[in-house]
Amino acid sequence: MTKEAKSKLLIKDKEIAAPGEVLATGMDFLPSYGTYRLNNEIMANKLGVASVVGKVIKIIPVAGRYPPKRGDVVIGKVIDVTMNGWIIDINCAYDAMMNVKDATSDFIKRGENLTRFFKIGDHIVAQITNVTSQKLVDLTVKGHGLRKIFGGRLIEVNTHKVPRIIGKQGSMVTMIKQTTGCNIIVGQNGWIWLSGTPEGENLAVEAIKKIERESHLSGLTDKIKSYLEKNKVEVSQASKPVGVEKKTQSSKAASVSKPEPKEAVKSDKK
Amino acid sequence: MTYKKRYDGRNFDQMREIEAKAGVIDRATGSGYFRIGKTIAYAAVYGPKELHPKFMQNPEKGLLRCHYNMMPFSGQGNRVRPGPNRRSKEIGLVTQKALLPTVNLENYPKAVVDVFIEFPQTDAGSRCAGICAASIALADAGIEMKDLVASVSVGRVDDKIVVDLDYEEEAHEQGGTADMPVAIIPSTGEFTLLQMDGELDPKQVKEALSMAKKACEEIKQAQIKALKDRFEVKK
Amino acid sequence: MRGTEIKPNILRYMDENQRFDGRKLDQLRPIEIEYDVIKTAEGSARVKMGGTEVIAGIKLEIGSPFPDTPDNGALMVGVELLPLASPEFEKGPPSIDSIEMSRVVDRGIRESEAIDTKKLCITKGEKVWMVMVDICPINDDGNMLDVSGLAAIAALKVTKFPEFDGESIDYKKPRKKQLPISKVPIPITVYKVADKLFVDPVAEEQKEYDGRLTVTSTEKGMLCAMQKGGDEPLSADDVDDMVKIAVKKADEIRKKL
Repeated sequence: MTKEAKSKLLIKDKEIAAPGEVLATGMDFLPSYGTYRLNNEIMANKLGVASVVGKVIKIIPVAGRYPPKRGDVVIGKVIDVTMNGWIIDINCAYDAMMNVKDATSDFIKRGENLTRFFKIGDHIVAQITNVTSQKLVDLTVKGHGLRKIFGGRLIEVNTHKVPRIIGKQGSMVTMIKQTTGCNIIVGQNGWIWLSGTPEGENLAVEAIKKIERESHLSGLTDKIKSYLEKNKVEVSQASKPVGVEKKTQSSKAASVSKPEPKEAVKSDKK
Repeated sequence: MTYKKRYDGRNFDQMREIEAKAGVIDRATGSGYFRIGKTIAYAAVYGPKELHPKFMQNPEKGLLRCHYNMMPFSGQGNRVRPGPNRRSKEIGLVTQKALLPTVNLENYPKAVVDVFIEFPQTDAGSRCAGICAASIALADAGIEMKDLVASVSVGRVDDKIVVDLDYEEEAHEQGGTADMPVAIIPSTGEFTLLQMDGELDPKQVKEALSMAKKACEEIKQAQIKALKDRFEVKK
Repeated sequence: MRGTEIKPNILRYMDENQRFDGRKLDQLRPIEIEYDVIKTAEGSARVKMGGTEVIAGIKLEIGSPFPDTPDNGALMVGVELLPLASPEFEKGPPSIDSIEMSRVVDRGIRESEAIDTKKLCITKGEKVWMVMVDICPINDDGNMLDVSGLAAIAALKVTKFPEFDGESIDYKKPRKKQLPISKVPIPITVYKVADKLFVDPVAEEQKEYDGRLTVTSTEKGMLCAMQKGGDEPLSADDVDDMVKIAVKKADEIRKKL
C-alpha cells in the first residue's frame, strides 16, 4: 500500500479501547504496549484505556488476572509447605515459591518443621524477587513492611485498579485509612487486607469498590472523600490502628475540622 | 415457487436484532452476553490458571478450552438432557478453533483459559452466538487478542441466499435449505469457522461468504460497544 | 488469632450485628424477579438476590405415570451448578451439592402439594403430564439453594400447558391454560456459626459454617420440608429459632412474588 497522505488518530487519550479496534491510520503513529500495526492501521489488542503521548499509542489494561512482576509487593496465602520453603497463592495464574532463606535469618536445621514460621492458611505481605520466563515466581518476606499478617479481612479487587486505590504517593489509601480507622495493606495482586472495626472495614470496602468502579473517571479523589465523609463511622479507641491520630468520639464536625495531610487533599487530576 | 419474503419479514441480507453486553458474570475473570433474535448466549472466562493434570500443560503457551452447553429448557422441542453429548463436544471444539487464531497465550505457559458458553434459549445459530459471546468474554478477561471474532450463519432458503437463518427457515421444506455457520476475523477477513450442511453450489458459497463478511463487521461493532459500555458508570 | 480465616471474621462481625456487606444478620439481599424470560420454556423466571442470579425454566412433556401412582403426574427438579457461574463449580457429572439442592427444592414443591399432580393425569395409567423444573445459575454469590427454590416456584407460577392433541405436543402453538399452583413453598436456609444465626450468605460467608437448616414453608407458616446440613449438631432451641426465622423470611419473600 502506498503511503497515505494523512495519518489520522481515531481514539482520544484516556478513552476505552477494545481489541480489534482501529486506533489510528497512517504511518505517523507508533504502536506501543497493547497495540500492534496491521498494514496501514494501528489496532488495539487488549481491553484498556488508550494513552496517546506524542505519536506513541498504547493501551493501559483495565481487565484480567494479575501478571506477576519482580519488585511488586503482594499479599499471599500459604497453601503448602515443602522441604525447603512454602508454596504461596498470590492470586495469579501461577503459585509462588518462598525459600526458607527468604523467610528468616535464623539458622534452620535440616529437616526442621517449617510450620514454625508459616502454616498453611497463613497470610503474608511479600515481595516478588524473581519471575522466570516459565513463570516460576519467587517471594521474600525480608524487607521493610513485609511480614505475616494477623486477623483482619481480605478482599479481592481488579489488580489493574490498584494504582488508583493507592493513589498518588498513597494519598487515596491514606484518606481511607484515616476516615475509617482501618489499617490497610494493598497488594499489587489485587488482594487487600483491612483491619479495624467491622463498620470501619465495611465502609473502607465500599469506598474501595467505588474506586474500582469509577477509577477511570475524573475527580475521583473528591468523590471518594465526600463519600467517606457522608458515611463516616465513629472510630472506637480499641481498634484504632497504629499511626492514626486520635479522633473524638462525639461529632462529625470534629473530624471534619481536622486538617488532612497535604497529599490527601490534593484532587486527583489523572 | 421461490422464497420471496422471509418468515419474520427481514431483508435477505439482514440479521435478527442483536444485543451484546460485557461483564455480566461477576465471579468470572471475564464474561459476555450475546443475543441474536431469540438465541441467547452467555460466556464466562476463567483463568489463565495453572493447568492440571500436569501432562496436559504446554510449556510454551497457554491452552484455550471451550465448553458449549444448552440449558435443559433452551431447546425448541422437548427438554434437552443435561450433560455433554457428541454435538456439544464437537461445537466446543470448533468454537475453540474459531477463537484461537486471534488469541495470544504465549505469556501464559503451562496455563489454561477456560471458556464456558451456556444457552438459556435458542432459535438456530447458537454456535455463532456462542462464539460472539465468548469473544467478548475473552476481551473482558484482559486476554491479548489481535481482533474480536464475529460469527454468523449464512445459507440458502429455497432459491435465496440469506444471512442468519432462524429455526423456521432452517426447517423450510420447499426447495430445501443450506446452513453455513462461519466465524470471521473482521480486520483480515479470514475465516476461522466454516461448516456447512445442505446443498450449495460453489457460486452460492462465494455469495454467502461475502454476505457473512458484511454482517460480521456489524457484529464486531456491537461487540466493541458492549466492551466500552461496561465502563459507563450507572447513576 | 492467626491468618484471616473466615469463621473468626464472621463472628467478629456478627458480634456487632454486621455482615461482610453491611447487612444485619437476618436481612436478605434485594430481590429481583422477572417472569417469562425464556421463550422456549413453558414457564420461566430469572431471580436475582444480591449478586446471585439464576434462571429457572419449566418444560412440560407427556410421559407414563409411575406404576404406584397411575393417576398422578410427575415432578422432576434439577439444579445444575454450571461452571459458568463460579470458579468453584466443576464441569462433569452433578456434584453432591447440586444433587442435595435439587432434592431439597424438589421436596419443598412436592410435599407442599403446590402442584395438584392429580390434575396432571391425562389417561389413567397411561399418559400424564411431566413437570420438569431446571434451575441454572448465571452467577453464584452465595445462597444458591434458597434462590433456586424461589426461582422454581416463581417459574411454576407462570407456567402454561403447551398444545396437546392427544398424540403429541405442539410447542409452537400459543400456550393457554395455566398450570394449577395452589401454594407457594419458599425454602429459607438459616446458617449457624458459634451461637449466631443468619440468613442469605454471600459466597464468602458460605465457605465456613457450623450448621445449617433449610426450612421450606408455605402460606400461614406451615412447614413442608426441612434439611439439616453442616458438620455440627443443632440443639432443640436452635431448631426452634431457625424455624421461626425461616418462616418470617419466607413470608417476606412471598410478598414479592
